[in-house]
This record gives sequence, C-alpha cells and structure tokens, in this order.
Amino acid sequence: MNNEITGAEIVLKSLAEQGVEVVFGYPGGAVLPIYDTLFKQNSIKHVLVRQEGGAIHAAEGYARSTGKTGVVLVTSGPGATNVVTGLTDAMMDSVPIVCITGQVPQHLIGSDAFQECDTTGITRPCTKHNYLVKDVNKLSSVFHEAFTIAQNGRPGPVLIDIPKDVQFASGTYEEKNKIIIPSHRLFEPSPDFEKNKIEEAVELISKAKKPIFYIGGGCINSGPKASTLVREFINMVGSPVTMTLMGLGVVGSSDKNSLGMLGMHGMYEANMAMHECDVMINIGARFDDRVTGRLDAFSPNSKKIHIDIDESNINKTINVDVPIIGDVKQVVEKMITVWKEKKFQIDDKALKLWWNKINKWKDVDCLNYNNEGKQIKPQYAVQRLYELTKNTKTFVTTEVGQHQMWAAQFYKFEEPNRWLTSGGLGTMGYGFPAAIGAQVGHPDALVVDIAGDASILMNIQEMSTAVQYRLPVKIFILNNEYMGMVRQWQELLHGGRYSESYTDSLPDFVKLAESYKAVGLRAKTTDELDDVITQMIETKNTVIADIWVTKEENCFPMIQSGSAHNEMMLSKDQKQDKKSAEKGKILV
Amino acid sequence: MNKSVYASPDQVSETKRHILTVLVDNEPGVLARVIGMFSGRGYNIDSLNVAEVSNDENISRITIVTHGTSEVVSQIEKQLLRIVPVHSVTNLDQEGSSVEAEVALVYIYISETNKKKVYQLCDLYRARKIENENNTTIFEIAGASERVNRFIKEINEITKVEIVRSGPVAISSIQKNEEE
Repeated sequence: MNNEITGAEIVLKSLAEQGVEVVFGYPGGAVLPIYDTLFKQNSIKHVLVRQEGGAIHAAEGYARSTGKTGVVLVTSGPGATNVVTGLTDAMMDSVPIVCITGQVPQHLIGSDAFQECDTTGITRPCTKHNYLVKDVNKLSSVFHEAFTIAQNGRPGPVLIDIPKDVQFASGTYEEKNKIIIPSHRLFEPSPDFEKNKIEEAVELISKAKKPIFYIGGGCINSGPKASTLVREFINMVGSPVTMTLMGLGVVGSSDKNSLGMLGMHGMYEANMAMHECDVMINIGARFDDRVTGRLDAFSPNSKKIHIDIDESNINKTINVDVPIIGDVKQVVEKMITVWKEKKFQIDDKALKLWWNKINKWKDVDCLNYNNEGKQIKPQYAVQRLYELTKNTKTFVTTEVGQHQMWAAQFYKFEEPNRWLTSGGLGTMGYGFPAAIGAQVGHPDALVVDIAGDASILMNIQEMSTAVQYRLPVKIFILNNEYMGMVRQWQELLHGGRYSESYTDSLPDFVKLAESYKAVGLRAKTTDELDDVITQMIETKNTVIADIWVTKEENCFPMIQSGSAHNEMMLSKDQKQDKKSAEKGKILV
Repeated sequence: MNKSVYASPDQVSETKRHILTVLVDNEPGVLARVIGMFSGRGYNIDSLNVAEVSNDENISRITIVTHGTSEVVSQIEKQLLRIVPVHSVTNLDQEGSSVEAEVALVYIYISETNKKKVYQLCDLYRARKIENENNTTIFEIAGASERVNRFIKEINEITKVEIVRSGPVAISSIQKNEEE
C-alpha cells in the first residue's frame, strides 16, 4: 500500500500529532532507525543528554514546569535500565512521561543478545503502564493511548519498548481521533460523581471551629485553574492552609491564610494546627509518612475530608470520614458552588480563636537560626537568593537533602509549577537535569537548581548538555562538604559517628564550570554572597555558584521519625525522649 | 493493618480469606502486572487461577484467593483497579453469596491391603477414577476446597498419594437478569 510508512516514521508522526516539541534522549544501536528519522525532520527538537538518567529527569522538569508530557528516547539494555530511577521518581510524584526505549529485534528477544534486557519486565512496577510493540500497525494506536494514559487521572510515566525490526517495518499510521480507548483503561469521573459527598464535605467545613486545609501536589497536577479555585475556596472559608513539599505554590507564601509547609521539616505552626484541628480538608495529598509522623498520634480529634483522584490513596494509611474521588479542579469548583448556594458561613468567633492560637504558635518563630559571623549560613544563602530573584520569573529545582528542605522553608513560592523537587522517591541528582528540562520549556525564565555538594555530583555530566544547548541554568550549591542530611541523622540518631558522609576530594566547582566553558563563581563569606548571586543571575550562561556554608548546620524544625506533629524538635538542644528515639531509629 | 512506615494505630478487623475475581484484557504481561502488584506491595496470594472467559477471547478471568483484614483486602482491590488492563475486581465474599469449586487430581499408591479402603473413601467423596494408559490409580475430585481438604487428609491416612490442585474458582450466585 502507498500510504505505508516505517515504524520509525510512525513514532515521529505520533509525537508530532501529540504536540510534542522536544525529546530528551541518547542514541544507541536499538534506536538508530528512530534517530535517523529524527535527523530528517525539523518539527521536533532533540536534547542530547550525557547519561540517560539525565534525560528522564530533564523530561520531568520540563513536564512539571510546563504541564505538558515529557518525552524520553533511549536505547535498549543500559539505556533502558538507566531510566529506571527516573521512571520510579515520576511514578511517585505523578509526572506525565512517555519513555520510548529501543529493543533488540524480535527474533533475538530472549537470546541474551547484546544490549538486550527485559525492559517491560524491569519497568512494570515503576510505570503506570508499559508496552512491548510487536506489530508495526499497532504502533500509532499504542502511542496515542500511551499519551492519554500518561496524562489521564493521576498522571504517571508510560514506557513503549520498540524492537528494532518494528522500527524498520512498514505499516499504516492511524490518527489520534481514530483511536478509541476503552473506558476501563482510563480514569473517568462520572459527571455527577460523589455529589452527596461534596455536600457532606462542604457542610462539615461550614461547621468547623478549627479547620485546616492540607494541600498536596494533586492541586498542581490538576492545572493552574485548580490552584486559583483552591485559593478562592480557602478565602471564602477564611481557614488556615498548609502545603506539602509537592504542593508549595498552590497557595502563595504571602497569602494571609498560608502557614507554609507541613511535615518532618515543616513549620511548627502548620504541624501544631494539623494536630489540633477539628476538620481537616486534604486536597490532592496522600498522607505521606513525611507528613503524618507517627500515625497513632496523627491529628487525633479531627474529621477528615480527603479529595484524591486515585482511589487507592483513600484510607491507605489514614482513615478518613468523607472521601471524594475526583479531579481537584472539578471537585473544588463544585464545593464553591455548594458553599455559595447554601449560603454557608463559618463560625467567625471560633475561627478568630483558632487564628489566635495559630498566631501564638507562629510566635515560636520555628525557622529562627543563629546568623552571627561572616560564615554563610545555608538558610541565609537561600533567603538572599529569594530576595534577589523574587521579582524575576524564577523556577527553582532542588536535589535531595538538607538544601532541599532549606529551599522549601526559605524560598517563597507564589505560584504553582515554579518549584520542582523530587518528593516521593527523594532522588539525589534530580535537580540539575530537571532544571535543564525547565529551561528548555521556559527559555527566557531564570532557572535555579538549589543543590548540595554531594547531590550535584550525581548528574554533573549534564553540564555538557546545558552548555551545548546554551541553557543558562544556575546551579546554586550549598557546599558543606557533607551529605548534610545523612550527617544530621548520624548526629541525632547514631551517636555522631559520621560514617562515610563526609565527601573528601570534592572538585573545585569553579574550575569544573570553567572546564565546561560555563561560569564558576564562589562565595566564602556573607560579604561576597549578594555579589555572587547578582552576578549569577546576570550571567547569560550556565553558572555554578559554589556557596561555602557552615559545615554542621542542622535542618530544623524537625519531627524525628516515630514522633508526632506536636513533638517537634526546634533545635539541637531539645532532646527527643530516648525511647521514641530508639524506636524511630529503625524507621526511614 | 494499614501499610505505612509507621505502625497503624488500631487493627480494625480480623484476618479472613477472600476470593477476588479480576477481569482483565487478555494481553501479554497482564498476569505479571497482577501478581507483581501482590509481591511488590507485600500482599498474600494463597492460590491463583487464570483462564479465558468463554464468550470473549479478549478477556480473561483471574481468580485469586488471598487473606487479610478487610482494610488490606480493600486496598488490594483498589490497587488492582489501577492496573490499566483491569476491567473490574469483585470481592466475592462481599457480594453476599457465591459458589466455589476446585479440582484435584490424586495419584494413589495402591496395594492389596489398602485397595478396599481407598475405593470406599473415593466412593464416599464421589471421586472419579480417571482411566489412563498405564492403568495407574488416579482419581479426580471436584468441589469446595474444604471438601477436597478433607478427602486428601483421609486418603493420606490410608496410603501415600501425590496431589495436584487447581486452586478454587468462584462465581457469584446472586440472581441476575437474563439480558445482562
């Protein structure tokens, strides 16, 4: 037939029809036909990373900052196994990704061929769904279904494994709108979904005396409109609101109702309010263990409303009173309608008392730290970074560890999709490639990776990528020569035996940057800090800013493992009781 | 008990046996997805049975016997529904009434001394002798798992046996309209 094209061409045509603008990838034997087709076209841009792990984190950064689906293209065997961490990361944090992997030709599958691995087998638990495409005529329908599944309901990564012979074979292309996806393969909230539960929930909120909204990443995944609606509803109620690490930005930091982040390194007032509230409204969060602390002491006296798109999150760790399954945007919109229709009004007097109590907790000033001397405190470095970038459109990514928590505590986010961090999986090495992805999606914005000296080395090879594509990503390293969070736990729980958490022989980050033809800057004292940050922002090139910070600073406040929300440690001097410390030690 | 880093506050209900039937698209890897979910999340599979549903070759029915508290089993059901090719999950123990059966094939080591007893017992349980070319004594018994258990226990007391069991399959016995 005349209208037959090759499998590789079907891949590119499917991507183009899905509106894909950029693919992050790395070539290899089993994807050469696709790379050949890529070479012959101009509509889809390819960003060549330096290790496949970088490709998938870059795609995550791109997806989270733009709201679009990130696309990855890698080869078979090691190409596929190198993306496993990123797939798991995207699975945990619900990031829409389509990952294309090459596979050895079908007649070699199962023969332990060169660069063969059981890709669909390895990635089954860390993808929302995956495919091994054996028939070229099914390729386009698989692609269109894959994109729909990646974005639909609770988003996540989808992998498509394509044997090399299928890439060469000829077949017909089917357009997106010709593909019918059976409804059981998707999440379809019914039009009148859970209406009664919504009314029940809104009535419960109206009767609350000590309400708190607990906002998670689901609000961000639901799109910017969801954040607007959530803010509107919270304002109508006048209730305090706290956000998870993934939910930062849904409600602005400067919003009068915001108590900031909650959880293990969250704000004292947020955790205390969670503990003492009488109605908790969880929107798009999943009662993660970093948030709840000890379960038997988690918010013991509250009625709990839980809005989640994924039914498996309901009653998974915390039993709730009013579950609502659905998309945040749609559910909150209905809640607002019901609130208005029924002319609900919250008990103002009680709310005022509640706020008084919260303001007393705020007076504790839990983020207070000793900022004496010329040495730069990591907290101060993030504060200065915020002050000097707050008037610019800025995206902040992080690696994982102390610097991540200081970034979450001290950088203030006013909008959703500006904060990209690895929450669920906690992947060191995420931030820099994610920043590259965010910069690709937003060429004119300022993109800063707040990093630690240990984390940054996990994907440092991507310097080469950033420079090649002239991506002016800024790497802001809080350098304490330690794996800071590991060291902190060793100090608090393992008798100060700093086993393997000190990094000897760190590179000279300034020279490292220069060797990649990027710009390296360094601040050793508070006097130099502002100049370095300003210079970093103004440089139209990739920059590593090596900020030397005090070495043994701890991240506080902290709920130690095994403790409850009302048992926060505010400083090192405050000792946890020994018994619960021992119990907590075995936890993560 | 719910699963979390932190121990659950209160164990709400007792551990019970549950039969789940899962309708899935008949595509490669679907069984691996289902059993991988069980092993990956630390749930139990007591027995498992897969077969195509007769009237539609694109759909298979997986029957899984598991045990757990009702909280755990409800979580299992929800996790199963997240798997893309899964159509539906039915917990037959919550459906009210259902009928279950399994098949066992039993190779019986027979001698002149125990022959009479063996045949009597097989008769009692309506186990059927399966003819075969080697003329060995192989019996087939079908029915509820408990009945099969009892038969095996009693025959074991008489002589040495080898057993293979299918694991139970089950179907809801609630009256349905014919159009469905």
